[in-house]
Amino acid sequence: MNETLTIALSKGRIFKETVPLLAAAGIHPVDDPATSRKLILETNRADVRLVVVRAADVPTYVEHGAADLGVAGKDVLMEHPGDNLYEPLDLGIARCRMMVAARPGQSTPRRRRRIATKYVQSTRRHFAAKGEQVEIIKLYGSMELAPLVGLADAIVDLVDTGNTLRANGLEPTEHIADISSRLVVNKASLKIKTTAVRALVERLAQAVAASKEAASCND
Amino acid sequence: MNRADRWVLPEGVEDLLPEQAERLEWLRRQLVDLFQRWGYRLVIPPLVEYLDSLLTGTAEDLDLQTLKVVDQRNGRLMGVRADMTPQVARIDAHRMQGEGINRLCYIGPVLLARGRALDPNRSPIQVGAELFGHRGPESDLEVMELMLAALETAGVGEVVLDLGHVGLFRALAEAAGFSTELEAAVFDALQRKAMAELEGLLQGEEPALCSAILALADLVGGVEVIHRARTQLGAFGEGVMAALDELERVSQGLRARRPGLRLSLDLGELRGFHYHTGLVFAAYRVGDGRALALGGRYDHVGEVFGRARPATGFSMDLRQLVECSALSLSQSRPICAPWSDDPALHHHVQALRAQGRTVVFVPAAQMPTQGVRLERVAGQWRLIEEDEENFTS
Repeated sequence: MNETLTIALSKGRIFKETVPLLAAAGIHPVDDPATSRKLILETNRADVRLVVVRAADVPTYVEHGAADLGVAGKDVLMEHPGDNLYEPLDLGIARCRMMVAARPGQSTPRRRRRIATKYVQSTRRHFAAKGEQVEIIKLYGSMELAPLVGLADAIVDLVDTGNTLRANGLEPTEHIADISSRLVVNKASLKIKTTAVRALVERLAQAVAASKEAASCND
Repeated sequence: MNRADRWVLPEGVEDLLPEQAERLEWLRRQLVDLFQRWGYRLVIPPLVEYLDSLLTGTAEDLDLQTLKVVDQRNGRLMGVRADMTPQVARIDAHRMQGEGINRLCYIGPVLLARGRALDPNRSPIQVGAELFGHRGPESDLEVMELMLAALETAGVGEVVLDLGHVGLFRALAEAAGFSTELEAAVFDALQRKAMAELEGLLQGEEPALCSAILALADLVGGVEVIHRARTQLGAFGEGVMAALDELERVSQGLRARRPGLRLSLDLGELRGFHYHTGLVFAAYRVGDGRALALGGRYDHVGEVFGRARPATGFSMDLRQLVECSALSLSQSRPICAPWSDDPALHHHVQALRAQGRTVVFVPAAQMPTQGVRLERVAGQWRLIEEDEENFTS
């Protein structure tokens, strides 16, 4: 049975790091999203196409079946409500950490701490598990600014090298989660396009294992 | 509220205009007739009930889905039903006293206070059938077949029937002796088939059992999955084997009854785990992420009403069915007749309506000169069916 698969990806780091894995599974995009304005990218395989969406929208596209599979950061999945997706594979790409960061030596305020973040659900869960009641201020970017201008006492953000934090006089104080990108799969697609989906998941798993091995040889 | 948005309905609540409403009503009649031909008798449970009876013995998420109101006669809390199945189980356990097999069907609106993740509609029209008083593959097969027949009646096209069995995870979790917390975490990860997370959670548990639970997440495919499962899970006792036997028996039965049916097995499927006790099934349409119909076995659900009865059944949303249906109603055009006091005309109209024709009266001045109409020709009322060309200049 010829079953078409649609894979949702976001531009930037996730796209760049997914392409080699897809290549190992025999899938090569015909266009490069960095130069093309197209949102649907054909591949060398007639039965596989890629759609380019915002990172936070990947789970939505996949759970509604607009895409059969997708690549989404664990940070995005932790914010996404419900369990309407399968996430069978940790691709081990786009690695970073979700952390709490603050100005060093800052005294604890007498009121509830204010935390600025894009990751409201993860932040709420983290502080609730610690037994600390905090006020969360939702921001869409440049979280590092919030403590500097007195908007918040601390931030929750993704930390890769830590350079942005240091440049703004912040330092990580608590580790919340290790983040990497996951392969997500639409529940009905796995049941209906079982053969095609399972074959792709398997080949990606092999590619991930191979790249892990290569990485450990380099160490 | 200003004039501009006074017409706005609550989120997920909508009107059905004549075209959709007629299709829905047509299908409703077809389904009730179908169920009746299979021996399922119609019950009409109430829209609201006291919470004590509405939510007893049901899962927590149903509580969240249930809109609550206070009964102003006595201050007790009532719920607007979010699911009719528990109501029908109550009727079987409490209101109907037979010990034998009881087949019931139902159809009516429900209200989902929170809505569902993949469906904006908060006011589905639930339709379903339940078979009480029998435990075994025969009744499981019967309700699945009836579900497929209902989907055929609705004209939704090819469906894939997805089979699972909650007894598998239950048996494995029991064998493992997980703490409640760990079981909940494993359950959550298994539902998302999150392999990396599962591996992390199961670290330090008995290796054979870990690999069995990991295998469960990956046991997806055709009937061959059952044979794979026997080798991968077989070591974990009677519960597992019994569940696999049931799955095998039911898939064989389905193949014999419907050779062309696309079957998919997903042994890690845990939908309705807290409610179901055995076989679970769902029907999907190719290219649609939402299940069209859901069902499964839920023995002992009547226990809280004094009578534990084995039960199996399914339900669907009539609105969703109509939306997916390819059927179009062929409707003959209405016959126009002029408003008049002439008894002969009324006699004529009555006769036509008795034959099932639609007749509408229009002001005499607005009577069309073309199309299907009742016209007085030479002192007699005549039905003119043909479109007559009008050449008047």
